Amino acid sequence: MSYLKKIIHNCKKATFLIDKKEMGSISLREHIELRIHLIGCSFCRIYGKQSRAINKMVRELFQSAMQPGIKLDDDFKKDLQERIEEELNKS
Amino acid sequence: MSHLLNPHQWVAAHADYLYAYAITRVNDDDQAKDLVQETFLAALQKTGGFEGRSSERTWLTAILKNKIIDVYRKKSSGLRSSEVKEAEEEQNSFFDEETGHWLKEYGPREIGIEDKDHIVSKEFEHILTKCLQKLPVLWKSVFTMKHIDEETTDTICAELKVTPSNFWVIIHRAKLNLRACLQKNWI
Repeated sequence: MSYLKKIIHNCKKATFLIDKKEMGSISLREHIELRIHLIGCSFCRIYGKQSRAINKMVRELFQSAMQPGIKLDDDFKKDLQERIEEELNKS
Repeated sequence: MSHLLNPHQWVAAHADYLYAYAITRVNDDDQAKDLVQETFLAALQKTGGFEGRSSERTWLTAILKNKIIDVYRKKSSGLRSSEVKEAEEEQNSFFDEETGHWLKEYGPREIGIEDKDHIVSKEFEHILTKCLQKLPVLWKSVFTMKHIDEETTDTICAELKVTPSNFWVIIHRAKLNLRACLQKNWI
């Protein structure tokens, strides 16, 4: 297989570069290879969009979990504060 | 302004927050509670080191964060081999062995999240949570530390003992599996 054909076919490599580019950096050569690949590959173009969407959704998921709503039960909290007071009295 | 510590109010002021922080990262109620308790007790030992430059909550969260990393490290070291191997095998079947091209049945298709302004429904969030939980612990830890806690690559590599090149492979593999899981379960 020619060098160019390898780039065009290799989605495994292209998706790796998409993810790495998103969070870090890739070399100039990798940039060019990825550009060439994406021109002809609709699968990987979708992958890129979804990869970015997933990053955003995961972040939002964790943020929404930090909204008031998740709470400890009162008994646990009472015991816990007592435990802290105990430690404070020790010293 | 310099911040002060007031341990008499810790539980009332921060316990729910710390619990929510822990449970989203360890997915285990008892463990999350233990972590909150350990955080307060460890913090009591360290009050002398508190310089008041950050808020009480930020300081407590940093202590909790380190405890969570300990959990990640413990959890991922033992089962690294079998759990990761299984997940790797799963995604090897996504691509043509020879050329590396997507196999048709696994190739990405649009599932309604591609648009920048799409709305995420509760049902979708539920599936996303499930899919995250299915990742091998090491992958999920790396993914969470990078994307949520925005730790540097160097820190993550040092804390979880992975090499930089392996780090990128893990970030990518976690994404591949997560995406495939969403496509499979979101119909």
